[in-house]
Amino acid sequence: MTDAASLRSRAETVAAAYPPLLASAERLAANVQMGEHGRRRSGSGDAFWQYRPLVQGDEARLIDWRRSARGDEQFIKQREWEVAQSMLLWVDQAASMGFASSDGLTTKAERARLLGLAVAVLLVRGGERVALGASLPPRRGEAQLQRITAALTADRPEDFGAPDLTPMVPNSRALVISDFLGDLAPLREMLGKAVARGIRGTLYQVLDPAEEEFPFRGRTIFESMAGGLKHETLQADALRDRYLQRLAERKAELHDLAAASGWRVGLHHTNDASQSALLWLYEAVQGGV
Amino acid sequence: MFGALGFASPWLLFGLFALPLLWLLLRAVPPAPVRRRFPGVVLLLGLKDDEQQSDKTPWWLLLLRMLAVAALIVGLAGPVLNPDARQTGRGPLLVVLDATWGSAPDWRGRMARLDAMLAEAGRAGRPVAVMPLSAPSEVAFAPAATVRESLPGVVPAAWPPLMDAVPLPEGDFDTWWLSDGLDHAGRAELAARLAERGTLSVYETPSNPMALLPASFDGGVVTVPVRRLSPGPELPVTVQAIGPDPAGVERVLADGIATFASGGTEAELQMELPAELRARVQRFAIEGVRSAGGVTLTDDRLQRREVALIDGGRNRETIDLLSPLHYLRQALEPSADLLDGPLDEIIPANPDVIILADVARLAPAEEEKLLEWVKNGGQLVRFAGPRLAASDVARDAEDPLLPVRLRAGGRSVGGAMSWGDPKALAPFPEDSPFAGLPVSEEVSVTAQVVAQPDPTLADRVIAALDDGTPLVTRKEQGDGQVILFHVTANAEWSSLPLSGLFVQMLERLSISSLTERPSAEQLAGTTWQPVQVLDGFGRLSNGDTLQGVAGEMLFDAPLGPDLRPGLYEGENRRLSRNVLDEDAVLRPAQWPANVRPQPLVAPAAKPLGGLLLGLAAALLLVDMLATLALGGRLRGAAATLAALMLIAPQDGRAQDDALPEITEEQILAASEVTLANILTGDKALDDLALAAMRGLSDTLFDRTSVEPSEPRSVDIESDELSFYPLLYWPITPDQPRPSPQAYGKLNEYLRGGGMILFDTRDADTAALGASSRNAQVLRDLAAPLDIPGLEPVPSDHVLTRSFYLLQDFPGRYNSRDIWVEAAPEDAVQIEGMPFRDLNDGVTPVVIGGNDWASAWAVDERGYALRTIGRGYTGERQRELAFRFGVNLVMHVLTGNYKSDQVHVPALLDRLGQ
Repeated sequence: MTDAASLRSRAETVAAAYPPLLASAERLAANVQMGEHGRRRSGSGDAFWQYRPLVQGDEARLIDWRRSARGDEQFIKQREWEVAQSMLLWVDQAASMGFASSDGLTTKAERARLLGLAVAVLLVRGGERVALGASLPPRRGEAQLQRITAALTADRPEDFGAPDLTPMVPNSRALVISDFLGDLAPLREMLGKAVARGIRGTLYQVLDPAEEEFPFRGRTIFESMAGGLKHETLQADALRDRYLQRLAERKAELHDLAAASGWRVGLHHTNDASQSALLWLYEAVQGGV
Repeated sequence: MFGALGFASPWLLFGLFALPLLWLLLRAVPPAPVRRRFPGVVLLLGLKDDEQQSDKTPWWLLLLRMLAVAALIVGLAGPVLNPDARQTGRGPLLVVLDATWGSAPDWRGRMARLDAMLAEAGRAGRPVAVMPLSAPSEVAFAPAATVRESLPGVVPAAWPPLMDAVPLPEGDFDTWWLSDGLDHAGRAELAARLAERGTLSVYETPSNPMALLPASFDGGVVTVPVRRLSPGPELPVTVQAIGPDPAGVERVLADGIATFASGGTEAELQMELPAELRARVQRFAIEGVRSAGGVTLTDDRLQRREVALIDGGRNRETIDLLSPLHYLRQALEPSADLLDGPLDEIIPANPDVIILADVARLAPAEEEKLLEWVKNGGQLVRFAGPRLAASDVARDAEDPLLPVRLRAGGRSVGGAMSWGDPKALAPFPEDSPFAGLPVSEEVSVTAQVVAQPDPTLADRVIAALDDGTPLVTRKEQGDGQVILFHVTANAEWSSLPLSGLFVQMLERLSISSLTERPSAEQLAGTTWQPVQVLDGFGRLSNGDTLQGVAGEMLFDAPLGPDLRPGLYEGENRRLSRNVLDEDAVLRPAQWPANVRPQPLVAPAAKPLGGLLLGLAAALLLVDMLATLALGGRLRGAAATLAALMLIAPQDGRAQDDALPEITEEQILAASEVTLANILTGDKALDDLALAAMRGLSDTLFDRTSVEPSEPRSVDIESDELSFYPLLYWPITPDQPRPSPQAYGKLNEYLRGGGMILFDTRDADTAALGASSRNAQVLRDLAAPLDIPGLEPVPSDHVLTRSFYLLQDFPGRYNSRDIWVEAAPEDAVQIEGMPFRDLNDGVTPVVIGGNDWASAWAVDERGYALRTIGRGYTGERQRELAFRFGVNLVMHVLTGNYKSDQVHVPALLDRLGQ
């Protein structure tokens, strides 16, 4: 099956996932007002700042010939100086995120990617540098968005993900999106290191409504999404109260962890609107400046 | 044995003792769990259930399962109701079988019964022997077990039993005679011989054998007689006509029901098979009767015939509907093999019929050969026409290849230049081959060639007009005959070729020369090789390995192993010998007075095992549903079941769709002039093209007597094209290529006189031979189309003057590169005429790139949709574009009418005389 047609069709299938994710993230991001990031002075940046006449000492290669050809004087094009801050983003792509309790709902992974990418879009537009987990070091620009989009579409095989903000750029901000249902030890360790480097950030928990309500009955074998864990019960409805209790404990533990390290914690359900979630997230990330 | 109930393997019933154990086992197993994927399982790990016992299996479910298992055990033990009773007798036992086609339908039952009887004889220790009378041979008595093993090798034969040559074994023996109930020669003598040697018991089944007699074909109706042995209640019988379909696969081509009247033994099926089907039928068979008697083979009498069609040279441009041979071809194609080619090549092929349409004079050598062919039994059918009328053939003396002498010039009635009404047909005379055909009133004759009065004329007329003028004449010539239709084979002179009567007349004529079954004298000295032979069950098998049969034997000798019923081949002919002749009668067997036939089958032993196993399966099914319901999973299963049920009726609807439906829209399109554009798949362009057709229709409505109805968009893949005189086809670069079927339809459309206006819409960029993307696409699209040679519109083309006088054909662009069918090379301008006498027909395609759609398109209120040019000049250009459209539609609808006006001076000149 190496003929051109099948290669093309597979490539298109794979490629087709990027633009919608990026587009919906951008659409989501377009509704959020940009904060003040431009530094209103000349410097290294993407956006045009001003033309200024050529003075002694400027290199000839800096002359903007298009502007200069309009008159007798030579001009130099200056760009706006922008201060960029690094933002460390980590989105859980493990199998547990692939859960959706009904056909009408999006999976947790899908929602987490959308929110993560939307925040990335906003920040990149603001001229910030965004890193994604351990795979993409912080960079700026549209190209980084494309890379993040590509990296976000990959799924990971293990049951539960362990957060990883490896570059750990000191004094940067971080956003960790996950369901936090796995073991919390790696998170605790990561938070310890982050706090030591002055990184502040946000833990954002995305849950499916079924995980909040536990609407199961009868003899049931529960399996984790990748099949690694199993629990058999003869009467699922009898377990409901104890499950909810444990979930509440898990949330409380998460809050304690965050409070101890000065991070913020957010909770989102996949049946809620993504718009409000993004607003909250953006505000939380901005607040860390 | 328990009274009337017995068990084949009673020890299996001990399995019932295991049931209580099963009860305990089933109780212990809880219902199957549901598997769910759930990320929150982490939080569940370590949680214990409150009670260890899950929901118990309910007692009624357990009972259900126990019942199912009990039914299974009892069913496997093989319970039998009415086990076989014993028979009496001792000493050797000879079993004589008629083993003919009459016993074939219930052969399996007979053999099973015989097997059981032999088993009983074996238990009594009697040696037995089996002798089928259709293939009698020396027999030796053997133990019953040995004989039973050879029973499957005994099969019924397709011929009657050979009673006079039966070798009987030595000594005394009892005889069981399994009869087929039919009367066969020598039965009484054999019965007497057998009765001398011991007890003779005769067994008959209550079956009533049915048989088909050979089919006959007369007057368009195939008659298949059906017979049954003894009278009975009213009984409908389905008779099937079987033969290869066009793909060569054997299938039932037609069937009909023959009904035996109550108390009658004879029935008859009359089928009016279409000629196409009739030619394919290889045999008739009674549905559901596996017997050689229930099959009758057909032969040459129902086969296709070879017909050669020759016309007197056709015009280069003639379209299909005007071709002299078109209607003949249409009429004969389903029922005959048509040959094409020059006469001198066709005569050696020795066709059954040669049809000459408007051929006046033949080369002497051809005429000689043709005459020889006719005298050898050929059938020559000729049609008149302008050439024949203009020639002096058969003027003074009778031509051997024409039935009558002809008067010069012929006559025309009911035309514009003559008095009188078109003539209708007179009823056909009794001795005519057409006798009995209903005379259609819609047939009218406006012109014909006329026969010279002659003493022999009256005998030769087989159809005449209502004023007595001969229409069809015929004369014998040697073994063959010559037939002349005094009208043309196309619709020019009469409407006869348009009518269904024409097809029936041709059919009658072709049939009258079919080979009759030859007599023994005619067959003497020939040898016939079996091609396919019938076995007793009515199955056909290859006869290649059998010996040939002498011709005189073929129909007169009795059937036997050396002369089997089947299809025989020799000297280009195929003849069939059937099990029963045309005059065969079925008679019940006659037994000596002291022999009384007994029924073969005693009350049958009825095994109950299947019933019980079925019950077990049903119970297990209920159990499955109940288990699903308990597990809460029945809804999914029910949905699946419902989906399956929904699928079934849709199949039925698919079959209804096989026949093309005629929609209201199609009727409208056919009854009015309707312009149409071809869908390209580009929505905006398709809308524009439809709007353009609307604009053009409105213009035509306003300015001319053409009043088109609402235009339509057609899909060449699915829509019928023949309703539309003009199709507008804008070309887009990404247009999908039509399928081969669509190309077939387009070619048919073009051949039938339709026109397609191709518009590449790129005249601004692709002028003067420069090739654009659209032009390439057009080249690709048009390659498979049947398009004649093209040339740019010459200045004297009919398009330039069919309504408006035009020399330019602008649309949104104004390019002169418009291509139409090239004029014939021999067209010359006559002195004093303004135009050459050009194309006789309508050009099938007009190709240009002026984007007429943009110029023509208007919205619902009649306002132009697109801007053309600038200001007044632009409006002028739009006006010219509409004029071009009007000229185009006029050209399509009137053809060469305007071109004919070149003759106006000549006509005026003639009238002046």
